[in-house]
Amino acid sequence: MNRVLLPKNLPELWSFLENEPEARVYAGGTDLLVQMRARCADNLVLICLERIAELTGIREDEDGFWIGACTTFRHLLNHPRIREQIPVLAKALSTLGSPPIRNMATIGGNICTASPAGDTLPPLYVLDADLILSTQSGERVVPLSGFITAPGKTQLERGEVLTQIRIKKPEGYRVQHFEKVGQRKALACAIASMAALVKTSPAGVIESARIAWGSVGPTVVVSPDAEAALTGKTLSPAVLEAAADLAGKAMAPIDDIRATAVYRRRVAANLLLRIGT
Amino acid sequence: MIIRFVLNGEETQIDCAPDRRVIDLLREDFGLTGIKEGCGSGECGTCTILVDGENRLSCLMLAVQLEGKSITTIEGLAGENRQHPLQEAFIRCGAVQCGYCSPGMILAARALLTENPEPTREQIREALSGNLCRCTGYQKIVDAVEAAARAMQKQKEKAG
Ligand SMILES: Cc1cc2nc3c(=O)[nH]c(=O)nc-3n(C[C@H](O)[C@H](O)[C@H](O)COP(=O)(O)OP(=O)(O)OC[C@H]3O[C@@H](n4cnc5c(N)ncnc54)[C@H](O)[C@@H]3O)c2cc1C
Ligand code: FES
Ligand code: FES
Repeated sequence: MNRVLLPKNLPELWSFLENEPEARVYAGGTDLLVQMRARCADNLVLICLERIAELTGIREDEDGFWIGACTTFRHLLNHPRIREQIPVLAKALSTLGSPPIRNMATIGGNICTASPAGDTLPPLYVLDADLILSTQSGERVVPLSGFITAPGKTQLERGEVLTQIRIKKPEGYRVQHFEKVGQRKALACAIASMAALVKTSPAGVIESARIAWGSVGPTVVVSPDAEAALTGKTLSPAVLEAAADLAGKAMAPIDDIRATAVYRRRVAANLLLRIGT
Repeated sequence: MIIRFVLNGEETQIDCAPDRRVIDLLREDFGLTGIKEGCGSGECGTCTILVDGENRLSCLMLAVQLEGKSITTIEGLAGENRQHPLQEAFIRCGAVQCGYCSPGMILAARALLTENPEPTREQIREALSGNLCRCTGYQKIVDAVEAAARAMQKQKEKAG
């Protein structure tokens, strides 16, 4: 039998973690419980984070949003300011899993699972999100871009919990784009995904482009070359095609049951052509 | 451990292992076999229950997570001796063949209609996209939810 604890607030969580330093935390359970069943895990201590008020909810300030790690996708999608200010994230959430999965699954769970196909990761990457990692004795701020070190591996240390996600509003990035290619619309893991933020001058010249791809490498893939190729140009098919060629070179996709590496690289790079459409 | 919750409108408590899956607890200890296990891994929706009105998957919940919650299963959807308009519509529209997916479909539709009493067909499809049906096909299921929505609106108007 596994023990399962249900702390109601952060002080309770810290005291449980102090007594059970080997405990595994979970939020929605949509990754962990699937994995545990496959491995018939036994004799573990689990701590369910879903009741901790300090870890759920969305707060907006002048510069952006603070999102509690255990906020569900449904909660985020129902938040009008998130949809309005960071559509690149909202669009990704709306493609994730299925309605019941979105009712249960959390943003913190998606980040900590660190899957190459995690749908929130490319948007959080281009948004330059910061993560607040906390223990009983304090907290540290880690950029999402460094947090994931390999598939399923993160910088989380033992006893450390992801408590908040900080997203600044992407001022001036008029184009916010997310695309996901899967085998079907719902309940489909990404074969490739792309998040893009593009800032243009009034004359239509690209001042800055931030682009990230999912499912085409061990973690999120970025291409400084492709971004540089877009900067200073006006958005046109030819400009996007040139950048797509460079982007393809940055990717390291794999063959798996969903798609071949060749297909993945091609389709992922070509997603760029949809920016601005 | 003792877990207290509301099950189909009744205060309930049970002494059970905290890591029992909710689907096993409700089927085996409470005999609520309307809940089905299609996949056991979140993919199919046959294990759907309503948790405080929201459709969730009982194969991915552990018993402790029931504490303090109000749970509705297909058995608790209708009142005494009558069917819920969704159940009536599923029968009338031929939206049930083997019936394995039906409890989950109906509960997911219930959650949708609470939030959006007049959904479009597209919104119905989207709301049911976490529930798979292997035999009826989705056309008649969407028809049934549309019909139930109309019937429920009429009921409401009558009640004033
Ligand atoms: C049917 C199905 C479809 C899915 N489809 C998609 C999809 O389309 N796209 C996608 O990206 N994912 C998908 N997933 C995966 C999963 O739903 C998401 O990754 C989800 O965001 C996980 O969140 P959770 O709260 O359920 O995580 P949990 O299962 O609760 O936790 C996942 C991991 O993160 C750790 N963790 C969770 N919260 C914290 C925290 N606050 N601090 C520290 N560690 C923490 C846990 O220890 C565990 O290792 C799918 C899963 C299923 C079952
Ligand atoms: S049995 Fe729970 S989703 Fe399939
Ligand atoms: S009626 Fe048989 S699975 Fe839907």
